[in-house]
Amino acid sequence: MALISGSMVRSAVPSGQVPNKSFWTRLKLFLDKNGTYMLMALPGAALIFIFAYAPMPGIIIAFIDLKFNLGPWASPWVGLDNFGYLIATPLTGRVLFNTLFMNAMFIITGTMGAIGVALLMNEVHGKFRARIYQSAMFFPNFISIVVVSYFVFAFLSTDEGLVNNLLKSIGVEPMQWYSSPEYWPVILIIVSIWKGVGVSSIIYLATMVGINPEFYEAAKIDGASKLDQIRYITLPLLVPVITILTLLAIGRIFYADFGLFFIVTRNTPALYPTTDVIDTFVYRSLIQLNDVGMSAAAGLAQSVIGFILVIISNMVVRKVDPEKSLF
Amino acid sequence: MAQQTIVIKQRSGNSYRKTASIGRLAVNAVLIAFSLICLIPVLLVLSASVSTETAIAQYGYTLLPMSFSTAAYDFILAQPQRIMNAYVVTSIVTAIGTMFGLTIMSLLAYALSRQRFALRKPLSFYAFFTLLFNGGLIPFYLFVTQSLKLKDNPLILILPYLVSVWNVLLLRTSFQSLPEELLDAARIDGANEWRIFFQIAIPMSTPVLATVALFTMLSYWNDWWMSLLFINNKNLYSIQFLLYNIMQGLEKMNATPEIAARYGGNLPTLTVRMAMAFFAVGPVALAYLFLQKYFIRGITIGSLK
Repeated sequence: MALISGSMVRSAVPSGQVPNKSFWTRLKLFLDKNGTYMLMALPGAALIFIFAYAPMPGIIIAFIDLKFNLGPWASPWVGLDNFGYLIATPLTGRVLFNTLFMNAMFIITGTMGAIGVALLMNEVHGKFRARIYQSAMFFPNFISIVVVSYFVFAFLSTDEGLVNNLLKSIGVEPMQWYSSPEYWPVILIIVSIWKGVGVSSIIYLATMVGINPEFYEAAKIDGASKLDQIRYITLPLLVPVITILTLLAIGRIFYADFGLFFIVTRNTPALYPTTDVIDTFVYRSLIQLNDVGMSAAAGLAQSVIGFILVIISNMVVRKVDPEKSLF
Repeated sequence: MAQQTIVIKQRSGNSYRKTASIGRLAVNAVLIAFSLICLIPVLLVLSASVSTETAIAQYGYTLLPMSFSTAAYDFILAQPQRIMNAYVVTSIVTAIGTMFGLTIMSLLAYALSRQRFALRKPLSFYAFFTLLFNGGLIPFYLFVTQSLKLKDNPLILILPYLVSVWNVLLLRTSFQSLPEELLDAARIDGANEWRIFFQIAIPMSTPVLATVALFTMLSYWNDWWMSLLFINNKNLYSIQFLLYNIMQGLEKMNATPEIAARYGGNLPTLTVRMAMAFFAVGPVALAYLFLQKYFIRGITIGSLK
């Protein structure tokens, strides 16, 4: 016993001395183990810092009356005044409604469209044909929204547009599309489906391909038609994926697709009643109205509410399927 | 898939086969229709670009050209400075951005994918938090213009898109699926992490790398947002931003007097517009044709957790 405890004491002394030197030893050891990885991660981490974290203190602009000659730190503090202006602006309600309504429509129509395409693709058995269809349907996703605005213009231009030509040929009065806001929710939904459905169908198709074929065989033996199979096997098995993707989309419901609402509408003031969304409003306040404080307030409100929504929707996702949650 | 076909064949009662074939016909008809709808706008633009100006003025844009003319392309090639300049800017930005972006993102993703990396978790959080929260447009705008002073600097067209955290996520997932035994075997043979990264991890992740390369290329080629915010100098206009300005009527199609004279003062604006849109799509279509075979595999692998 004495021997053992003696050796324990002896060994305790040098190990007690280690902490003095060991910071450097341990740092060296840590760097030996992780230095290469740290070096690998460095450029990416630095860029993320510059373009995502470094601008964040600028959030303060929402609470000050920014004077460019004084800089943000010396400008007068105005508390929540900018938010007050924001709420008082009659535009806020319209912008909020447009953002939420259009995003809700995109979620609903986009999901239905993607599932529809996936259901159809799931019935295509020729590999070559499947490849051709998918190539065509993915293509719009790779076109810039600026070029899309040219496409839309070719269809909707008052004098030369394809749609007005068709209307004329059946004897209907041509429309002034770019000054009729009431049609634009539908136009933008069509554009959004056209652009996105092909690619977003992949995830549903992947789920369908993974469904055990025995389910379908059993159903066929019981005399279930193709539609029955879709209704009672495929769709129920898609519910978890649908739920998760929808929740994640709801988490982003305060963020609008700037390109769609700004470029495709050609930033036409006549269309603002139905196409002005938070993102275009913030941009316009900054560039055209030069109202930095109010647009910063709007942007911050969007970020914070968006953040809370993402956290909530992720919590719900984790309840549904922990595997699928973002974090 | 093969299994399903076999099953169908086994159960081919006469009536069943009939409904099945009608059903399949309908499925293919709908898919063909939708595929065409996806491509038709390109046809519309192409057709407009090779029409004569008078035909467009008379009949409007049509799916097939009512008359054929290369006037729009002649016009663009006759005075190419504006367009060629935008093309050069976009090409350089795209080439540099894709090369560096792909390297930087892969390195970061590789580090984040290694279990033995002690900072893996905090660094992952640091990267992915930016997907959840950001300062918004105004702080970003003021930071770039006031602190970085990158207004009208070509770097602002490249730097912000070098690292896309979504792509890092795709790459990380792919690197995580590399068999650790293989990497360990290489380590025992004396390979360091750099060598493992370049000679094992990269070659084994082609589909995801090709996908991310495609996404990165597109994010540069298709970008107009950074130009809209930060570029006033016309020599730095990208092709998309030039197109945007033309569409908004902010950029007039100026012609030198000789060229204007050649067209008798009637510049082919309607067709030139569409010819330029077609120019902007061309390289995208080409890159897409080459890389699309990796694309589905790439996003399916990358999105599996």
